[in-house]
Amino acid sequence: MLAFILRRLMQAVIVMITVAFIAFMLFQFVGDPVTNLLGQDATQEQRDQLRKDLGLEEPFPVQFAKFVGNAVQGEFGLSLRQGRKVSALIVERFPATLELAMAAAVIALAVGVPLGVYAALRRGRFGSQLAMTLSLLGVSLPTFLIGILLILLFSVTLKWLPSFGRGDTVSFGGWTTGLLTVDGWQHLVLPAITLSVFQLALILRLVRAEMLEVLRTDYIKFARARGLHNRAVYFGHALKNTLVPVITITGLQLGSLIAFAIITETVFQWPGMGFLFIQAVQFADIPVMAAYLCLIALIFVIVNLVVDLLYFAVDPRLRIEKSTAGH
Amino acid sequence: MSTTSPPSSALPAAPGFWARFFDSDIWHSFTSSPMAMLAAAIAVVCLFVSLFAPWVAPHNPFDLATLNLSDSRLPPVWVEGGNSAYLLGTDDQGRDILSAIMYGARISLFVGLASVLLSLVVGVGLGLLSGFVGGKVDAFIMRVCDVMLSFPSILVALLIDGVGRAMFPNAHETLAFGVLILAISLTGWVQYARTVRGSTLVERNKEYVQAARVIGVAPLRIMARHVLPNVMGPVLVLATIQVAAAILTEATLSFLGVGVPPTSPSLGTLIRIGNDFLFSGEWWITIFPGAMLVLIALSVNLLGDWLRDALNPRLN
Amino acid sequence: MAPPPLLEVKNLRVEFPTRRGTLLALDDISFDIAPGEVLGVVGESGAGKSLTGAAIIGLLDPPGRIASGEIRLAGQRIDNLPYEKMRQLRGRRIGAIFQDPLTSLNPLYTIGRQLVETIQTHLPVDAGEARARAIRLLQETGIPAAEQRIDQYPHQFSGGMRQRVVIALALAAEPQLIVADEPTTALDVSIQAQIIALLKRLCREHGAAIMLVTHDMGVIAETCDRVAVLYAGRVAEIGPVQDVIHRPRHPYTAGLMGSIPAMDEDRERLLQIDGAMPRLNAIPAGCAFNPRCPQVMARCRSERPELVDAGATRAACWLVHEAVSS
Repeated sequence: MLAFILRRLMQAVIVMITVAFIAFMLFQFVGDPVTNLLGQDATQEQRDQLRKDLGLEEPFPVQFAKFVGNAVQGEFGLSLRQGRKVSALIVERFPATLELAMAAAVIALAVGVPLGVYAALRRGRFGSQLAMTLSLLGVSLPTFLIGILLILLFSVTLKWLPSFGRGDTVSFGGWTTGLLTVDGWQHLVLPAITLSVFQLALILRLVRAEMLEVLRTDYIKFARARGLHNRAVYFGHALKNTLVPVITITGLQLGSLIAFAIITETVFQWPGMGFLFIQAVQFADIPVMAAYLCLIALIFVIVNLVVDLLYFAVDPRLRIEKSTAGH
Repeated sequence: MSTTSPPSSALPAAPGFWARFFDSDIWHSFTSSPMAMLAAAIAVVCLFVSLFAPWVAPHNPFDLATLNLSDSRLPPVWVEGGNSAYLLGTDDQGRDILSAIMYGARISLFVGLASVLLSLVVGVGLGLLSGFVGGKVDAFIMRVCDVMLSFPSILVALLIDGVGRAMFPNAHETLAFGVLILAISLTGWVQYARTVRGSTLVERNKEYVQAARVIGVAPLRIMARHVLPNVMGPVLVLATIQVAAAILTEATLSFLGVGVPPTSPSLGTLIRIGNDFLFSGEWWITIFPGAMLVLIALSVNLLGDWLRDALNPRLN
Repeated sequence: MAPPPLLEVKNLRVEFPTRRGTLLALDDISFDIAPGEVLGVVGESGAGKSLTGAAIIGLLDPPGRIASGEIRLAGQRIDNLPYEKMRQLRGRRIGAIFQDPLTSLNPLYTIGRQLVETIQTHLPVDAGEARARAIRLLQETGIPAAEQRIDQYPHQFSGGMRQRVVIALALAAEPQLIVADEPTTALDVSIQAQIIALLKRLCREHGAAIMLVTHDMGVIAETCDRVAVLYAGRVAEIGPVQDVIHRPRHPYTAGLMGSIPAMDEDRERLLQIDGAMPRLNAIPAGCAFNPRCPQVMARCRSERPELVDAGATRAACWLVHEAVSS
C-alpha cells in the first residue's frame, strides 16, 4: 500500500509540474511577461529593472525553476485588469466558490443516489421512467440556461429569492461565509440548485446503470437462490457493490463542480473564483488565468488522491495482500 | 454421379442491403420506440431548418437594411401586442426571433458537428495507433488521456479560447471559429481514444490479425478492415452524445462571451443578449433561443441513449 | 414401497416470447427425484439443462416463463407460488450451486458474513450460534483453519476452496434438494473429482437430494444414481446410471456413449453423431432427433414419441415403442 501511495504522489507531482509548465508558457509567450507581472502602468525603468531581476536573459530551465518557486509560494504577480496581487484576489474569492460547490455536491448526492437506486429497482415503472427522462433533461439543459430559468421563475415572477450576489456574509480568520445568515442562505439556494442539476443527472444515471449491472451478476443470483430477503439482496449486497465505483466518480466530480461554478457564478454574479476567471479570460488577464489553472490542478490532484485512498478503504480486494491460498 | 447445379431460378436471391436493414433488430427497435422516432424527427427538422435557414426563415435578422426599429420589442403573436409577421416576437433592434433562432441554430450545429468530427478523427486515430503499436507510444498517449480527463471540459475550452484571444487579439472570423472548434474538440477526443484502444487491444491479439501480420498485410489495412468495424458501434454512440455536449459547450462559451464572434451569433449568444431583458419583462428574447437549444440537445441525447441501448448486445 | 418422490416435474414447458415468435425452450419435461437421490441431467449446450434448474428454483430470467406443467416439492406445488413464498423455500428447502465460484460470491463481504446472513435468514438462531454453525460447515467442506478463514474475503481463496465455500453456503439452511448447475466445469481438472466427491458425501450426510446438471458423462457415471438425458428441450432417456450408460435404448444416448473414448478400446477415429442439435427456432416435427438418427423411420418424422418403459430405463423413441409392444 505504501508503494501505491508513493506512486500516486509521484504522478501528482508530474501533473503539477506539467500544469506549472503550461502556466509558465502562458506567462512567457502570451503577451509580455513583464507586463504580466508589473501591470500596464509600469515605467520603462521599472520594466528594465524587472527584466534584470527576473533574469529574462537567463536560460530557460532556470527561469522555469524560479517560476515554480514563486508559484509554490502563491506568488503570481499582479492582475492585469485590477492591478492587485493575484494571490490576494484568489484568497478573497475562494470561500465563495467552495461553499457553492459543496452545497451543490450535497444536493446532487442527496437527490441523485436515492433516485438512481429507485430507477434501477423499479425499472419500467412510470416513476422510474420519469426520473430517467428528467435526468436526460438535466444533461440537455446547459447550466446557464437553468440559472436563467430559475431566476425567471423565482426572482422575476414569484419574487421569492434574490438573483445575484452572496448576500450578508460573516468573516472570521481569512474566511468569509454566507452560511451563518438567513440572507446568505437565501442567496445560496438558486445558484446551488443550478450548479447541482448537471451532476445530479449524471449521478442518477450512473447509479442506475451500475445498479442494473450489479443486479445481473452471479453473486446476486446466488444471493437470491439462497432465499435472502429482497431488502438484503438490494440494499445489503447490490447497493454496496454499486456505491464503490460511484464514490470514486463522484469524488472526481467535485473538482468538476468547482470548474463548472464558473458558469453559475457568472449567471448569478456570485463573487467567486469562477467569475474572476471569466473576467480574466475576457480581458486576457494572463496572471489570473495561470494562477487559477495551478490552483484548480492542485485541487484536482488532492481530490484524486483522497478518492484513491477511499477506494482502498472500501474495496477489500485492494487492501489485503493475497494470502496463502490452499485448494 | 451427376453434378448438375440446380437452375438459378430455384435459389432465392440473397437479400440486398436495404432489405436486410429494414429487417434488422436495429430498425425494429427504432420503429417500436416512439421516443426514438420522435427524437429523430425533431433532430432532422432542426437540421433541415438550420441548413436551409437563409431560404426557410421568414426574415433575415442580420440584414440591417430590413430592420425596422418601430417593430422592436414585440411579444410573440399569441400575446397581446404581437404581430403575425414576427411569430415569436422581436428583440430591441427589431430582429425577428424566429429567424434569429434559425440562423443561430445553424451556427450552433455547425460548430457542434465540426468539433465532434475533429475529435472523432483525432481520437479514433490515436486510439488505433495506441492499441496497435503499443509500447512507449501507447503509454505516452494514455498518460496524456489521464491528465486531460482529470480536467473538466469547460475549463480546457476556456483556456484554449483565452489563450487564442491573447495571442490573436484581432483575429478575424474564420480564425475565431477555428480556435473555438479546436477548443471544443480537444475536450472530446479522449473518450474515443480510450474506447478504440481497448477494442484494438482485444482484436490485435486475435488469431486472424496475427495471421494477417505474418502474411505481411500492412498494419493500416488490418486496422481499417478488421478493428474499425468492431469499434464503430460504441464510437457512434459516443459521437451522438458528444454532439449534444459540444453544442451545449459552444452555447456556454458564447453565453460567457468567449465563444463565437459577435457577428455570427449562435443560440448561446442570443440567450446572452436576451438575458439583459429578462427583468424588464421581455422574456421571449431569451426563452425561445433557449428552448431551441434544449430541443436540439434533448433530441440528440435521446437518440444517443436509444442507440446505446439498441447496440448493447446484452439487452437484446 | 418406494418413498414418495421429493421433487416431481410434470410436463414442464418453458417458453421465451421473442419478437419473432415464441420459442419453446423446454417441451414437456417430466422426471422425479427421490429423497436423498442423485439425479444427473446431461445434454449438450442448449439442450435445456440449466433452464430446468432455473425453473425449479423459480429464478428464470425474464422474458422466460413457465408456460404449463407442474413442479411439486414433497407433494406441494411450487411453480405457481408468489415470490415471497418461493423466497422462503429457496435456500431452506431447495439450495442451488452455480458454475463459477469466483463470481458467485460477493467480493465485498467476508464469507463469514455471507454464511451467517444465510443461516439467520432461514433458521431462528442468534448471531453467536449462526457463526458456530458457519464454522462447522466450513470445516465439513474441508477448509482448513476455519475459525480464521471465516473472516476472510472470497478473493483470498483459490478456485477449489471457493467452490467449497459455495457448497457450504448452499447447505447452510439444511435444504432437502440441491440443484447443482455445472459445479465443477470452471475448476481445474485435478480438483473436480474432489469437489464432486465432497458434494456427494455432504449431501448424503445432510440428507439432501442432488439434481446434478452437467455435460460431463464421467462425472455422471461416478456420482449419480439415475440420469436424465436431455435433447432439444425434451427428455430422450431416463433411468439408472449404469443402465443408461451401458445399455442405452435411445439412439441419441447410444451415440453419446459411443462418442466417449475408452482406454481399453482400440479405435482410430472418434465416433460422432452427424449433424448438430437443432436450434430452438428450428426444431423438426416429430422426434427432434430424427434428422440425425441412424435408425430413423417414417413415423419418427411426423409423430413425437412419448417416454415409454424399456426395461430398466425409459426412452422417448418409436423403436423402443415397437420393441415393447411386440
